Amino acid sequence: MGSGLRLNMNALDYLILALYFVTVLGVGFAARRAIKTSVDFFLSGRSLPAWVTGLAFVSANLGALEIIGMAANGAQYGIMTVHYYWIGAVPAMVFLGIVMMPFYYGSKVRSVPEYLRLRFNRPTHLLNAISFAVAQVLIAGVNLYALALIMQALLGWPLWIAIVVGAVIVLAYITVGGLSGAIYNEVLQFFVIIAGLVPITVIGLVKVGGVSGLMDAVRESKLGEAGLHAWQGTGSTDNPLGAHWLGIVFGLGFVLSFGYWTTNFAEVQRALSARNMSAARRTPIIGAYPKLLIPLVTVIPGLIALITVKGLGADQGDLVYNNAIPLLMRDLLPNGVLGIAVTGLVASFMAGMAANVSGFNTVFTYDIWQAYFRRDRPDEYYVKVGRIATVIAVVVGIGTAFIAAGFSNIMNYIQALFSVFNAPLFGTFIIGMFWRRMSALAGFWSLLSGTVVAIATYLLYKTGVISFNSDLEESFWGAGLAFVTVAVVAAIITPLTRPKTNDELTGLVYGLSDTTLADDSLAGDAAWYRSPVLLGVVAVVLAALFYIPVF
Amino acid sequence: MADNADRYQGGEAHDPLVDETEDAREASSAAARLFDIRRVIGGLFVAYGLIVGLMGLFDSSAEIDKAQGLRINLWAGAVMLVFGLLMLLWQRLRPTEAPPARSDDS
Repeated sequence: MGSGLRLNMNALDYLILALYFVTVLGVGFAARRAIKTSVDFFLSGRSLPAWVTGLAFVSANLGALEIIGMAANGAQYGIMTVHYYWIGAVPAMVFLGIVMMPFYYGSKVRSVPEYLRLRFNRPTHLLNAISFAVAQVLIAGVNLYALALIMQALLGWPLWIAIVVGAVIVLAYITVGGLSGAIYNEVLQFFVIIAGLVPITVIGLVKVGGVSGLMDAVRESKLGEAGLHAWQGTGSTDNPLGAHWLGIVFGLGFVLSFGYWTTNFAEVQRALSARNMSAARRTPIIGAYPKLLIPLVTVIPGLIALITVKGLGADQGDLVYNNAIPLLMRDLLPNGVLGIAVTGLVASFMAGMAANVSGFNTVFTYDIWQAYFRRDRPDEYYVKVGRIATVIAVVVGIGTAFIAAGFSNIMNYIQALFSVFNAPLFGTFIIGMFWRRMSALAGFWSLLSGTVVAIATYLLYKTGVISFNSDLEESFWGAGLAFVTVAVVAAIITPLTRPKTNDELTGLVYGLSDTTLADDSLAGDAAWYRSPVLLGVVAVVLAALFYIPVF
Repeated sequence: MADNADRYQGGEAHDPLVDETEDAREASSAAARLFDIRRVIGGLFVAYGLIVGLMGLFDSSAEIDKAQGLRINLWAGAVMLVFGLLMLLWQRLRPTEAPPARSDDS
């Protein structure tokens, strides 16, 4: 990106940004007072109300790739981008809350890998803990690099200053405030992000003549009529996204999305920090409601940019699709709301990176250090390890940010690669949760072989041995093959190996509930509007209804 | 499914590592550990509302033209101010309760 994106920030815009930095740090220090035990540091003491964890849940996902990337997709693929939200997120979030959360929260595990240790065995656990930890640090680096790129392009800050400033602030509030620092800031970041995006959407819509003006203009654009429909034209792959409806429903809507939302600890951790079972189950479901509406402030601006920015969609330079939102900010926002929008973008990068870092420090401390290196230390020791792990994560993240800077398109690669990592994990989880007989060894070999198949598919595609229509199609197929591999390997190995006893599996699998557990519900949890099932069903129905006007 | 699930709530896990941390949590989880994020959100948005709203009062016509004729700073400022005040009001009307005693505590 050159200097063509430079925004005309004035002193008051910088005041708005500075106020945000100060507030974020203040929240970190205020959260410190609440940290007495390792559970306080890593899981916020399992004490947070559902609206806080729910907004943090959605905010943890509103990182770099989300805001910038979904607006870019909006400009490139049109309305079909809503699939990433309405079928590619909401059903999985609801499934996590209604079906899977009882096993996660009820078994009191402290992380997703830990569930694998209890359900299967230590090799499965270690495999997942290490691959998760590595992935989180890499993604944190990519988030950081993306943040720095934006600050460089919009504000003219040198890349390394932007990387260090972003890293130091995230480091400070997580090291000091632990997960509470991250989660409280994510709630704040959620509102700041929305406040930054809404003015862009509103002014943009006025400029193109409202919703009907937008639709007319999209018909005239290079997307044409197809840019206004989510499902029409998916009977073949002849549509902007190049995807068949089967691929959208099973690839994106099932394997990829369930893999990401239900087994990614950076997300699930938010729900584990809720104060009781009811709040934990409502966490992803409450997050689903904002998720339903976020396309209004990402996809719509993408379409507006397509129409109002001449030449958008260049292969390189300032007019790449990824600059849809920054270009609109430059063209439409006067000082004042401009400061808010820049702050919102910065907030979104920080939210994404903080989610990765706080997921990493928990898994590193509980699942690697405590489980395999230093077992029986006092609780305070592990809080210290968690703080050190945070520093390590951020320092390594800075390193990977500079590595990312060396590649032109690394974000796409990493996104594709790790979305594929999630598919075998989800397969192992879902089969292990619902098939009590699945043995510990089968768990390990399923996860390993599924991961190998996913990586192999990706590498064969990249080296040109096999070909797909698009990166997206590759990720559908890679995920699908990985999932099938997991199922087949589980079915072959399980009959040959010893099952786990019912005693070991109580509370971890479907059909073996732990009857000794007490009820932890709070006054008011029984209210009908707090029923996870009802809230979840309404969210899914809304997602289906939202499709009607853009069918 | 849901009824089945409701029975898992609270209680002991069956793993030494998990039990240790749960014990540590229950032993020292007395202090009301929450500060209220609503006050922080409310405060920040009131400040943003005032800054942006005041800028909106003095916007030049060039700035209004840039925003397609909308007095966007005035509007955005007003909305953020109201949102911030509502957060503060919510916090005032429903202050955080002390963490409840768990039903499985002895």
